[in-house]
Amino acid sequence: MSSRESPLKQLVLNLLLGLAILVMLFPFVWMIMMSLKTQVQNTAATPVWFFTPVLDNYINVIERNNFLVFTKNSLIVALAATVIGMVLGLPAAYSIARFKQRGLSLWILVSRIIPYITFLLPLFLVFTKLNLIGSFTALIASHLIITLPLIVWITIAFFEDIPTDLEEAALVDGSSRAGAFVRIILPLVAPGVITAGILAMIFSWNQFLFSLILGGPNTKTVPVAVFNFLSYGSQDYGAIAAAAVLITLPIILLSLTVQRYIVKGLTAGGVKG
Amino acid sequence: MSVAPIPTPTRRRPPNRSFSSWLDRNIRWVFPMPALLALFALTILPLIFNLVLSTQERSVSDALPSSFVGLGNYLGALKDPRFWNSVKLMFQFTLIAVPVQMLLGLGLALLLNRTMRASGLIRAVVLLPMISTPVAVALIWALMMDPNLGVLNYFLQTLGLERSLWLADVRLVIPALAMVDIWQWTPLVSLILLAGLQTMPDEPFEAARIDGASPWQVFRFITWPMLQASIFAALTLRLIDALKTFDIIEVMTQGGPGSASETLNVYAYHTGFEFLRVGYTAALLSLLLVIVAVVAVGVNLLRRRV
Repeated sequence: MSSRESPLKQLVLNLLLGLAILVMLFPFVWMIMMSLKTQVQNTAATPVWFFTPVLDNYINVIERNNFLVFTKNSLIVALAATVIGMVLGLPAAYSIARFKQRGLSLWILVSRIIPYITFLLPLFLVFTKLNLIGSFTALIASHLIITLPLIVWITIAFFEDIPTDLEEAALVDGSSRAGAFVRIILPLVAPGVITAGILAMIFSWNQFLFSLILGGPNTKTVPVAVFNFLSYGSQDYGAIAAAAVLITLPIILLSLTVQRYIVKGLTAGGVKG
Repeated sequence: MSVAPIPTPTRRRPPNRSFSSWLDRNIRWVFPMPALLALFALTILPLIFNLVLSTQERSVSDALPSSFVGLGNYLGALKDPRFWNSVKLMFQFTLIAVPVQMLLGLGLALLLNRTMRASGLIRAVVLLPMISTPVAVALIWALMMDPNLGVLNYFLQTLGLERSLWLADVRLVIPALAMVDIWQWTPLVSLILLAGLQTMPDEPFEAARIDGASPWQVFRFITWPMLQASIFAALTLRLIDALKTFDIIEVMTQGGPGSASETLNVYAYHTGFEFLRVGYTAALLSLLLVIVAVVAVGVNLLRRRV
């Protein structure tokens, strides 16, 4: 189509696209700039655009605010919820794909439409009764609500792409179905499994509400830690920006590897509460 | 013509393989079962429990006895001005955010569709807002919207406009929050619509060009009808999520100033986890669920009409 556009029209449309991208990027650029400025520069009446970057804010956040401990907590929860989600979800996704059990994928709809806080209230009461509030068990279980449907939904498409011949050949050779699943099919869908795993980890990492209510002092995840840090009246803008950069950075790096599937993940899994 | 059945050789399995053969025969329900049980325990059961809770007068603490109140909590909600305020704010937020992001998302999709050859980097940039941790997004925007030092007021002044209180202004707080939602989710709308645009066949466009159709006519009579499925998919998704928005609002304003940005989700959170009124909160959540479901079903009924 662009071949028929006049140079003027092309210029205008490219400028519009450039503007849109600038608007999308600006908050990130601004956040990074704030994180590298001193408190004096950040509180200047007119924004300071040119400055010598300092790393004090990062040192402050990492050393004084236990950021690494919270990062470790987030990683434990995200990894466990992803691995358990896969152990439970991959056989289910395979079965749905192979036997066309479309009805089963309705379960994903439940987790998509219902506000997370509706699950959270009963889970909070049950976990309180079981003395599990503040434990990794409670956090990982609640994060399964995010990771499991997502893993099932994403990998169904990958399982559907595997030709049945390979599996049938294995069955003829005397392999059991479960054996064929583990030895033949899983290796073939490895790229899909990795994609689903990375997306599940991203969504678990981003999760705020479950971690806020079900977490405790020893299991506080990064988003909750940063939220508390802010709500205790911190006026240290540079540190807040540095914390925001530190939460976002791993997600950006991970997401670049699964770019193509992110929209599918967002439309299937649901990211917010 | 009749064909004699070919006798299948009966393979004799050793006894220790009986579990394996049982598994083979029942694999279509054995394989999904663990996931179904987990999801039942984590989503369906809590949902049912929430309904039960909504009929009780009950506090988180076991020290206070709980009692059955039937529909009392629901009737209480219908008489609660703060409930109605929260419903109003929820719809205000949604009705500002979603139409704007649908329009901007369509525009962006059409722009991206022209230049998809240079797309790798652009696509990566477009993904950034929607994959970012909501708490981080809320923090960045809260800093940018600071009435005294925020960079947004600096931009307004540079453009010769009045400074704004943003989140501190009772009338502006919902539009300001909607603005963050628009920034974050317009990219998703545009990527869904872009996927729709890129699967369209070339022939109708060629034919229209030969017939001398204007760009508007091409859009109205060719692009739009073919894009409808994607548009309704994006619209449904965004309506559902906008109604449920929690992280951004709770982090940026905690429902304030006063209760000027206390949407139903946020109100339920405060009654549940600050005031610990479990039964009433459960009723609020059931009502929220009904509203979201009605909107989702409504949009899809509309889709069949159009």
